[in-house]
Amino acid sequence: MTVTDHTRATADAAHSHGVGTAPDASRADRPTSFDPEVFGVPNGREEQWRFSALADLKPLLALEGGEGHLAWDVPELPAGVSFVEVPADEAQARSVRAPGDRASAVAVARSGGAMALKVDANAVIDEPIAIGMHGAGEDVRGHLLVEMGPGAEATVVLTRTGSAQYSEFVSVDLGDNAGLNLVLLQQWDADAVHAGEVVARLGRDSRLRGSVVTLGGKAVRLNTSAAFAGEGASVDLFGLYFADAGQHQEHQLFVDHAVPRCTSRVTYKGALAGKTARTVWIGDVLIRKEAEATDTYELNRNLVLTDGARADSVPNLEIETGEIEGAGHASATGRFDDEQMFYLRSRGISEDEARKLVVRGFFADLIHEIGVPAVESSLMKLIELELEQIEEDEDA
Amino acid sequence: MSTLEIKNLHASVETPDGTKQILKGVDLTIKSGETHAIMGPNGSGKSTLAYSIAGHPKYTITEGTVTLDGEDVLAMSVDERAKAGLFLAMQYPVEVPGVSVSNFLRTAKTAVSGEAPKLRTWVKDVKKSMDDLRMDSSFAERNVNEGFSGGEKKRHEILQMELLEPKIAILDETDSGLDVDALRIVSEGVNRVKENTGLGVMLITHYTRILQYIKPDYVHVFVNGRVAEEGGPELAERLEAEGYDRFLVDA
Repeated sequence: MTVTDHTRATADAAHSHGVGTAPDASRADRPTSFDPEVFGVPNGREEQWRFSALADLKPLLALEGGEGHLAWDVPELPAGVSFVEVPADEAQARSVRAPGDRASAVAVARSGGAMALKVDANAVIDEPIAIGMHGAGEDVRGHLLVEMGPGAEATVVLTRTGSAQYSEFVSVDLGDNAGLNLVLLQQWDADAVHAGEVVARLGRDSRLRGSVVTLGGKAVRLNTSAAFAGEGASVDLFGLYFADAGQHQEHQLFVDHAVPRCTSRVTYKGALAGKTARTVWIGDVLIRKEAEATDTYELNRNLVLTDGARADSVPNLEIETGEIEGAGHASATGRFDDEQMFYLRSRGISEDEARKLVVRGFFADLIHEIGVPAVESSLMKLIELELEQIEEDEDA
Repeated sequence: MSTLEIKNLHASVETPDGTKQILKGVDLTIKSGETHAIMGPNGSGKSTLAYSIAGHPKYTITEGTVTLDGEDVLAMSVDERAKAGLFLAMQYPVEVPGVSVSNFLRTAKTAVSGEAPKLRTWVKDVKKSMDDLRMDSSFAERNVNEGFSGGEKKRHEILQMELLEPKIAILDETDSGLDVDALRIVSEGVNRVKENTGLGVMLITHYTRILQYIKPDYVHVFVNGRVAEEGGPELAERLEAEGYDRFLVDA
C-alpha cells in the first residue's frame, strides 16, 4: 500500500502548520500521521479540539497507559468472513490512511496491533455481523480494521457497553463495488470516556452506509472521515445522539470528494436534556478540483429539551470546482419550549408523553435509515429510557 | 349537562416592571349548549381569561375560583383540565416540529378519553371532520401547525375540538385574521360540534362579524379585567354601532 509515502508527506506538511490556532486554510491541509508527536498535545484552541471535552479526554492523549482490554463478543462467523489479530506494523500498512489527530495516533501507537474483520471478495453476507465490545473499567487503546473485498457485501454492528477509558482508530476499506453497512452503537455506562476516529476509503462504485448512535458515556468524541478513491461511489453517514446532564458528545465528519461522480449524504440528529448536556457536531465536506459531478448534502439538527443544555453545530463546505451536481448543507438547533409543552398538554397529553411524542417524531425517520431491524427496534426503547432519565433528574 | 363556573377570578402576570394585575374579579357561568360571546377592546384581559382557565403557567391566580361540574379546575394540571373536558382553541396555535397531525390527534384523543380510539372508526371520524373543515387529507402527515396558514391553523384547532369532544370550549379570537370563506367554514364547524355534542362555548372576539355565523345566547362586554355589562345578542348589535368607547370612559 502507499500509506507510508502519504504519511511522510503529511508529516512534513505538519511542520509548516505547527500547532496553530487559526482555522485551516483548507480541510485538506490537516496533517495525518502514525506519529502522535506530529500533532502535539492539543490545548483546546485548535479548530478540531475547540469544542471538545479535553479535561475528560486528556488521559487518552498521553503516550502511556492503555494496557487494558475490552471483552470482545464475536459470533460464529459465516464463510468468507474472518476476524483475526494483526501485528502492529502490518496493521499500520493495512490502514487506509494514518490517524488524523493525536487521540487516534496514540490509540494506534499503544494498541500493540489491530483486530481485522475481513470480508472476502464477492462474499455476500446476509445476516448482520454483530460484535460486542464490553469494558470492565479498564484503560484501553484499540486499532480495528474493517476490510471489504471487491464486490463483498455485509452489515457490521459494533455495540460498545460497560465502562472504559477507550480510544480507537478504525480503518474501513471498501474495495471496488463493495457494500458495507457499518453501525457503531455507543451504549456505554455513564462514566465511560471514548475517543474514536473512523476513516473510510471507498473504491470505485462502492457503497458505505455508516450509522453512529451515541447514547451513553461521560465524554464521547467520535469522528468519521470518508474519502473517495474511485468514481461512482456513495456514502451515507447517519448519526443519532442523546446527551443528558453530565454528558459531552462530539461527532466530527469529513467527506473528501477527491474523484468525480461520487455522492455523499450526512445526516446527524441529536437531542439534549439536562443542565450540563453538551453536544458538538462539525461537518466538513471538501469537493476537490478533480471531483466533478459531485452530489453532496449534509444536515445536522439538534433538539434542546430543557434549559441549560448546549449544542454546537458547525457545517463547512469547501468547493474547488463549479462542475458539480449539487452541494448543500443545513444546520438547525431548535428548542422544545414551554409554549409547545403548553399546547400539547392543553390537549390532555401529559408532560412525559409530550416529550416522548416530540423526541420520537424527531428521530423516527433517522432510525429507519439504519437498516438493521434489530437495532432499529431496540433504539426507540433506549431513547425512551433516556427520556425517563430526564424525568428522574427533574424530580431529584 | 355541564357547568363551568368562574367566580371572582383575579389573575396577574409578571412583567419587567413588576407584577401586573390583569383579571380583576371575573364572574361568568357557562352551561352545556350555551354560547357566550366575550367582547372587548384589545388589552382588556380576554385572552388572559382564556389562558388562566386553561392553566398557562405565565398567569398566577391570586383570587377566586373556577369549577367544572363542581370540580376545582384551578387545582388541576394543564392536561388534567383537558381530560376534565375543557378545550382552548388558541389565537396563535403553536408549531410542533417533528410531530405529525395524525400522530398528535391520536395521542391527544387517547390521553383525553383514557384509551386508544378504535382504529377503524377513528380513521373515519378524522377523515369526515377534515372533509367538513375542507382540510386536504395531506394535512394529516404534516407537522403540527408547521407552515400552516392562519386559516389552516384555526381549522386545525376546530378539528381538534370536534375530535376531542370537550364539554366546554373556549375559542380565543378564532375569527381574527380569517377571510369570510374561512370564517364560514370554521363557524360551521363550531355549530356542528355544538349540535352534535351539546358543547358549551365561550367565544372570545374583538369583532362582531363572527356573531353572524355563531349565534350567541349571551354577550358579555369585557373591560379592564372584568365583565362590565351583560346582555343578549342585541348587546352585540349595540357594540357594533357604538364601539367600546362608552366603556373605556367608564374604566
